[in-house]
Formats: sequence, structure tokens, C-alpha cells
Amino acid sequence: MSSELNSEVTMDGNQGAAAAPAAVSSVELRGVTKRFGDFTAVDDLDLTLGQGEFFTLLGPSGCGKTTTLRMIAGFERPTSGEIAIDGEDVAALPPHKRPTNTVFQSYALFPHLSVEKNVGFGLKRKGVGKDEIAERVAAELQRVGLAREANRRPSQLSGGMQQRVALARALVNLPKVLLLDEPLGALDLKLRKGLQVELKRIQREVGITFVYVTHDQEEALTMSDRIAVMNRGHVEQVSVPEEVYDRPTTTFVAGFIGVSNLMPATVSAAGKVRLDGGPEVGADTADLANGERCAAVVRPEKLTVSMNGAGPEAGRPRVEGVVESSLYLGTATQIVVNLGGDVRMTVLVPNADEAERQRLPGGGAKVSLSWAPEHMHVVRESPNGNG
Amino acid sequence: MVAAIRRRVPAYFLLAPGTLWLIIFFVIPLYFMGKLSLDTEIPGTLHYHFTWEWSNYKEALELYDTQFFRSFEYAGIATVLCLVIGYPLAYVIAFKAGRWRNLMLFAVVAPFFTTYLVRTLAWETILSDESPVTEFLHTIGLAPGGHILATGFAVIAGITYNFLPFMILPLYASLERIDVRVLEASKDLYASASSTFWKVTLPLSLPGVVAGTLLTFIPAVGDYVNAEFLGGVNNRMIGNVIQSLYLTQSDYSAAAALSFVLMAVIMIVVFIYIRFAGSEALMGQEAT
Repeated sequence: MSSELNSEVTMDGNQGAAAAPAAVSSVELRGVTKRFGDFTAVDDLDLTLGQGEFFTLLGPSGCGKTTTLRMIAGFERPTSGEIAIDGEDVAALPPHKRPTNTVFQSYALFPHLSVEKNVGFGLKRKGVGKDEIAERVAAELQRVGLAREANRRPSQLSGGMQQRVALARALVNLPKVLLLDEPLGALDLKLRKGLQVELKRIQREVGITFVYVTHDQEEALTMSDRIAVMNRGHVEQVSVPEEVYDRPTTTFVAGFIGVSNLMPATVSAAGKVRLDGGPEVGADTADLANGERCAAVVRPEKLTVSMNGAGPEAGRPRVEGVVESSLYLGTATQIVVNLGGDVRMTVLVPNADEAERQRLPGGGAKVSLSWAPEHMHVVRESPNGNG
Repeated sequence: MVAAIRRRVPAYFLLAPGTLWLIIFFVIPLYFMGKLSLDTEIPGTLHYHFTWEWSNYKEALELYDTQFFRSFEYAGIATVLCLVIGYPLAYVIAFKAGRWRNLMLFAVVAPFFTTYLVRTLAWETILSDESPVTEFLHTIGLAPGGHILATGFAVIAGITYNFLPFMILPLYASLERIDVRVLEASKDLYASASSTFWKVTLPLSLPGVVAGTLLTFIPAVGDYVNAEFLGGVNNRMIGNVIQSLYLTQSDYSAAAALSFVLMAVIMIVVFIYIRFAGSEALMGQEAT
């Protein structure tokens, strides 16, 4: 009885000890720059990742996300800057001496070894005993649902299975940080969705910091604790998924996440912006200076379209435009309105009522768009261009 | 049934030229040579008649066993040397050469633009007693007595030189096919550069090692040009014996018998080699 009690106490003590270092950052990049000849892949990057965080580097190809990942793994040396893992500077360490493991986009499994030996490869190099290797490999294969495939060759497995082997091969070593380079990129959509959920489950289960590289914004929004949106070697915004989606800070982030509904504008006074060729609207301009160029974002589902100067309710800002196209999408109709110049706004109207849908404006119709003031959000011009 | 046969007709049609070629230039000569190896000469006439003369084989082996074993020894040593010299070179071309890759590959193949005989004759000059190479090797103690020409060393050096490209090209082909991500994965999984080589790179390049050693060893055993120009009387290989039996001594039956024995022994050696060293590499199955 008393020994049971004791063990409980010790367990509590251990948990306390494990929870304590959470204050220490897991991965820290300070002023990291990587140049390949004249090309700057990553420019003066600062990032701090928390312990056990699912952190995503999101951006289009060539934005420097994979280079950043490869620098954390040790495959690339930064041209300048520091990289620390668990507070320890790793810049001078080769990949095999870093407490990180990588899941490659192409899986990079050892074709000459069985699934079991692939997964046990890292433990064997670390000098772990034979029995322990067998035990941990079996447990890891169980976790990813490949216990029965232990003796098969990678070439005998499907893409999804190979992906799980790659994950098990990395996770079995219990790295401090797991690096994933578009791990689901080569799989079809249905498999992707399933593995997204599974990856997230495994990450919660093992509590290891994940650094996840993807160009798929939906994937990033679904899985991440935090997202860093990257553009041309710079981080444009680091935040939780809801924040990145609802309150993007730059035109690039707004465009990359979801539909690009941007109206160019200028800050006219504190708390006010003037839309180009449109009204002055009240908005949160806290981060912006007077007279600074910016853009106003309104999500397609928040816009109301009305015809023939039918007045919107009072207090709703409105702009005029011409319908370019109208597309029936089943549950909704997508209307693209040209506000003049190159500014196009997309409106989504739910198809609740067939009679109402028939009354929607067709191509060439003059319409006005309006929205509730709280649904408009002001973003700064991206300093790095809009890709 | 008819349809099935008809569907196969194009395949047979495509096989026809190669099959015909093999029959005319390989199977038929092989038959005549086999027959010749069992003939007896009608004394003093240079004419032969078929008598199931198995003693041709016995005599050939008894008379030339030294040259026979020497051929396998020289070819074996040369093959190992080719592997030791060729592997690092193929590795550098495949992984480190960058934009120099094609130039280096060209350099490997370039000797083929000169004929085999001329190249071997050039080695005769290089290894002669007066050459600086010989003098240098003599000063560092590798050429006792100041002679290299007409020694086993010279023959093996010649064979190694002449067959090196046959080792390098298949090695390069198999190394070049290795996904660099797999090598990165190995380093990512705590393997140092050397253990990455022994545990990943080398096993993945085994098909090239097997192909390269076979392409070097098989022609090297039967080679006679190197021993002819670079060796002395004590360095004659089985190829020299067969050549001289055919062309100088006109003992066709003995030459044919020796050729057959050589062929059989090479086939047995290769079979054993593939069975034990190469099955994994060739079949892509893990040895258990």
C-alpha cells in the first residue's frame, strides 16, 4: 500500500520535472541567413519554437522554408546567424550529431533494408542494445500500424505505407525535434487527409516538437499550433492558425491564405483608411502610419452584392463595380466583381433559395458591394512583394 | 490460340537478327571447336579425324597447368586492383565532380580512342629499364634490380590499366543511381560519414561491384596481349599458350581443348561468385 503511494508520488514528481523545461525554447533561430551564390534563400530569420509545439513553415516554393528546415537538420550551414536546440548552439554540429530527425518528402527509405531494419537504423548507430532495438522498433511499427510489414522491403509497400515507415524511422529515436519536409506531398488527397489526422494524433501522443514544411495552406491551418508564413526568405507573420486566417498582417499572407480579396487603400487618419476610388472607412490601423499604403481585406462570404443602386443599410461601407463572371458551385454561387483597374473581389452567395438565385446579377451588370465594418481588416503592403 | 501465337510473332521477329547472329558466329563455331578438341591428327598431314580423343584434354592440362593457374592469379589480382583504384574514382565522379563530371567520364573512356595494342605497346616503353617511371619505382624500392618489364608486376599493371574502364563505368552507373536523400537520411539517423559508406553507399552499389568485377575478370583471364608485350617467358598466360598452339605449333586439338577447359572453369568461378557474393546485389533480395 505504502509503496504504491510512494510510486505515485515519484510519478508526480517526474511529471513536474518534465513540465518545467517548457519555458526553454525548443528551437531558436537568430539572424539566420543562407545564401547560394548570389541568391539569398533565407534572409535574417528569427524564430522561437516552444517545447512540444507543432510549428509549420508555410509558403510558396522557393520561399526558403525547406532551406530553413535543412539548416535545423544540419544538411546546410547558415551563411550567418545562430541555431540553438534546447538552448544549445548546434551550428557547428554535423547532422549525425544533432538531436533532430527528418522525414523526407521522398521518404528516402533504405531500399536494401527491410522495414524493421530501416526503423532500427538510427538506434543501431547510437549503440542501443539488440533487444531494446527490437522492442522499440516493434512498438513504433505498432503505432504507425505496420506491425505486419516488418520484414518487407520498402519497394513492396504503397506510398502511404512508405510514408509511415519514414515517420516511424524518425520517431523511434525520440528526437528533441522532428523535421518534416512536405511529408504528405506525394500522396493523393484522401490519403493525405487521413494521415494529417494521424500525424497530429501522434504528435500529441509523443509530445515532440514538430517543424512541418508545407505549401498547402489548408494542411497548415488544420494541423499547426502556430504557423510562420514565409515569402522570399522572410517570415511575414507568425501566429496561431485562426489569427493567420482571420487577421493576416500583410497583403502576401492575406493572398496566400484563402481568397485574395484585397482593395488597395491609404491610411487617411488614425483609425481610418480611404479605399482607392472609394469611401473612407473606419478600421483598426494600430500598426500603420498616417499616409501609409495598405489594403483592405473582406472575406468572400462576408460581402453582400446589390443591384441598381439599391441602398444598403446605413453604416455599411460600399463600393461600385461590374460583374465579370458568375459561377454556380452547388452550395453557393461565386461572383467576381471588377472594381476598376486590376482590383477584383470575389463574393460567395449561398444558394439557399432557388428563386433568389435566379435574381442574382449576371455578367456585365453594375453592382455595389457592401459589408459590415467589423468584417473589414486592414493589412500592410508586404515588404517582400506579393510573390 | 492462333491469336496468341499471332500476338507473339512481332517478338520473334525482333529476336531473329540477334538469334541468327549468335547461331552463325557462336553456336556453330563452338560446335566445330568442340569437335576439333576431340580430333586426332593424321600424322604429318595437318588433317584431323574425329576419334573422341579425350586425352587431348588430359595432355593440355598436364602440360600447361602453370600458365592456367597463373592466368587466374594475374586476372584476380588485377581485378582487385581495378576495384580499389576504380571505386574511389567512380565515387568522386558520381557525387563530388559537379560540373567536371562529364569531362572526367570522358577521360575514363578516352583511352578507347587508341587501339588496345598501341596502348599496351606504350606501356612497354613506360616500363622499360631506361624509363623514369622504372627509375622512380626503383628508388622507392618497388622495382628490385631496376627491372619491371618482363615481370609479373608488368603484366598485372598492364591488365589493370587496360581493364580499368570496364570496372569504373558499371560502378559509376550504380553509384550515380543512389538517391542523395537516402545518404542524407543515413547521416540524419546518426551515421557518421564512414558508417554511411559501409552501411548504405556500398550495399547500394553492389550491383555495380559485381558487374564491374565480372567485366574485368572474365576477359582478363583469357587475355594474352599484356603477357605478350609486357611479360617474359615466366609470365605467359593461358591465352598465350592457346595462341601459340593455334598459330605457331598448329596443334589445333590441344588449343581447342584448352579453350574449352578455360571456358568451363571461368563459368564455374563466375557461378560460385554470383552465388555467394552477388546474389543479393543481382536479385535485390536480402541475405538472411
